[in-house]
Amino acid sequence: MRRKILSTMIQSALLSLTLAGGPALAQSGKLSGDMVKIGVMNDMSGLYADIGGPGSVEAAKMAVADFGGKIFGKPIEVVAADHQNKPDVGASKAREWFDAQGVDMIVDVPTSSVGIAVAKVANEKKRAYFNTGSASKALTNEECNPYTVHYAYDTYALANGTGKAIVETGGKSWFFLTADYAFGHALEQDTAAVVKAAGGQVLGAVRHPLNASDFSSFLLQAQASKAQIIGLANAGGDTINSVKAANEFGLTKNQTLAGLLIFISDIHSLGLKTAQGMLLTDAWYWDMNDETRKFGRRFFEKMKRMPSFDQAAVYSSVLTYLKAVKAAGTDDADAVMAQLKKAKINDVFAKNGYIRQDGRMVHDMYLMQVKSPEESKYPWDYFKLKKVIPAEQAFQPLSLSKCPLIKK
Amino acid sequence: MSEVFGVPLQALLGQLMLGLVNGSFYAMLSLGLAVIFGMLNIINFAHGALYMMGAFIAWMSLEYLGIGYWWSLLLAPVLVGMLGILIERSMLQWLYKLDHLYGLLLTFGLALIIEGLFRDLFGVSGLPYTIPEELAGAFNLGFMFLPKYRAWIVLSSLTVCLLTWFMIEKTRLGAYLRAATENPRLTQAFGINVPLMVMLTYGFGVALAGFAGVLAAPALQVSPLMGSNLIIVVFAVVVIGGMGSILGSILTGLGLGVIEGLTKVFYPEASATVVFFVMVLVLLLRPAGLFGREK
Repeated sequence: MRRKILSTMIQSALLSLTLAGGPALAQSGKLSGDMVKIGVMNDMSGLYADIGGPGSVEAAKMAVADFGGKIFGKPIEVVAADHQNKPDVGASKAREWFDAQGVDMIVDVPTSSVGIAVAKVANEKKRAYFNTGSASKALTNEECNPYTVHYAYDTYALANGTGKAIVETGGKSWFFLTADYAFGHALEQDTAAVVKAAGGQVLGAVRHPLNASDFSSFLLQAQASKAQIIGLANAGGDTINSVKAANEFGLTKNQTLAGLLIFISDIHSLGLKTAQGMLLTDAWYWDMNDETRKFGRRFFEKMKRMPSFDQAAVYSSVLTYLKAVKAAGTDDADAVMAQLKKAKINDVFAKNGYIRQDGRMVHDMYLMQVKSPEESKYPWDYFKLKKVIPAEQAFQPLSLSKCPLIKK
Repeated sequence: MSEVFGVPLQALLGQLMLGLVNGSFYAMLSLGLAVIFGMLNIINFAHGALYMMGAFIAWMSLEYLGIGYWWSLLLAPVLVGMLGILIERSMLQWLYKLDHLYGLLLTFGLALIIEGLFRDLFGVSGLPYTIPEELAGAFNLGFMFLPKYRAWIVLSSLTVCLLTWFMIEKTRLGAYLRAATENPRLTQAFGINVPLMVMLTYGFGVALAGFAGVLAAPALQVSPLMGSNLIIVVFAVVVIGGMGSILGSILTGLGLGVIEGLTKVFYPEASATVVFFVMVLVLLLRPAGLFGREK
């Protein structure tokens, strides 16, 4: 009998030792496949390749290096894939990564249709997914799920930033030039709502096909509308060609262009002479402070161009994810997601950022204006800060959320 | 103000004008394709990539060598033409006796390689190229505000197209060319160097693409993707006009530009597809194309 009591005592002592040894154990951590694998998925060679593309892969590698290159003494690997802007390609690659290759987390994924398709796979397979590249706010509304984080920006924030600022400075009447697919429509809708709420009016819109090479005809229609502001609800090459044609046709003399989604690579491509004066909403800019400049120059060394906000967000996502794995002591997605929603994010991309229940990463956004050629002092010196949009005002409030995870 | 189907007449005239501008590009590119097809029996899929190279040569010579727009107009077609001759001598000349498909595959592969190379070097978002000062500004036509540069595009491409047509249809050199197309062996028997003519034809056809590229550089975006965005439409133009027909491709190019322009007013969502709609109609009614001859 005594013997039995003794053995029970020893057993419970051992058990408590194991429990108390939690932190000690976490140092070795529990990792699926004995490693952490990060998948960067984006458009590697098409029209969005300069926004994310190979630069995002480099950004993810920089984050891994800054984290120390290893976690619990185990390797961290970065893999990459090209989704070609096709939802089916993106979804099947995500499936393959999760099922066969042991990828723990997917990051980037521009093009809203692909971004949403991958979110569905992440939910089904219960793995972490940080979307930095897509704009559609559906990712944190109708399509939200516990494993998806929408990290950098969304159509609500863009509309709210640029749209509101322009109406406030007197741009009351609007006409939209809209890319004829999900993203363009969403951006137009969100911006039109902001314009109307602020007391402006929308005179009309023209929908152009994706990748239209000539915009002069659409701009002539915009010109005929006599609206003060021409809102460009498109992206990448479409925006660039719209702005070029607008300049050529003298539209910018009497009307003002509002680029609703502009990346620094677009400005680089347009040149300041053409782009100067444009207002835009940015999630991050390399030339804001010493920390961002240091990151920007490091990135420039490798890629020969300054990082876009998407690329900076990829860096930050990977770093944030790795920190959460370390804190949770495991790469089990449920534990990591719980940890992610507890901690504040403080790094080169965001200050005091946090991830809400609907998956929205909330952080400050910036209203920028493109410099004139005279104001620009060195290469890639393109933006001046007009206004910081505080985190709480930048994104859609939870009270308006359509996400089923939010209990009202 | 008078209206046509609810669209003010002034706006309509403006759109017609713009259609003509786009039509000029279609005309010049499809002309090159038609000349090459007529002479070499090659469906030149590399045409878009060579057009893109023309624009990049203009950009590079300005950026690195300080050579302006006007010299580029001369330099780019010459360089692209020389590259064309190199391609013809080293690769294409072995394929003439084979099925069309082989030439198509070879040039398609070349297009992918050239595009990939430029994409790797310059990224995809494109590079700025400003309009030369002489052509900055615009004419006020009363019904529209026409940028001088767009007017220049129409003028110069029409001139080039007409000169090409004249050379092929009305000169002795053109007569040799047409003879060599009709019956190469007999023409050779008359002491005319047919392989040389074939080589020069290919060089000339792609030089036209290079020229169009320089014309496009200030108006559109200088980007590695600019060729592939356009080439499919240009092929449709060639099919509609009739493979190998010189005048046909010029007229069809301009005409389709105008049709596309009108679609942009009445139903903009369809503007990317209207050309293919016309293509289906034409193929059903006249399988050899509007200006083609059945063989």
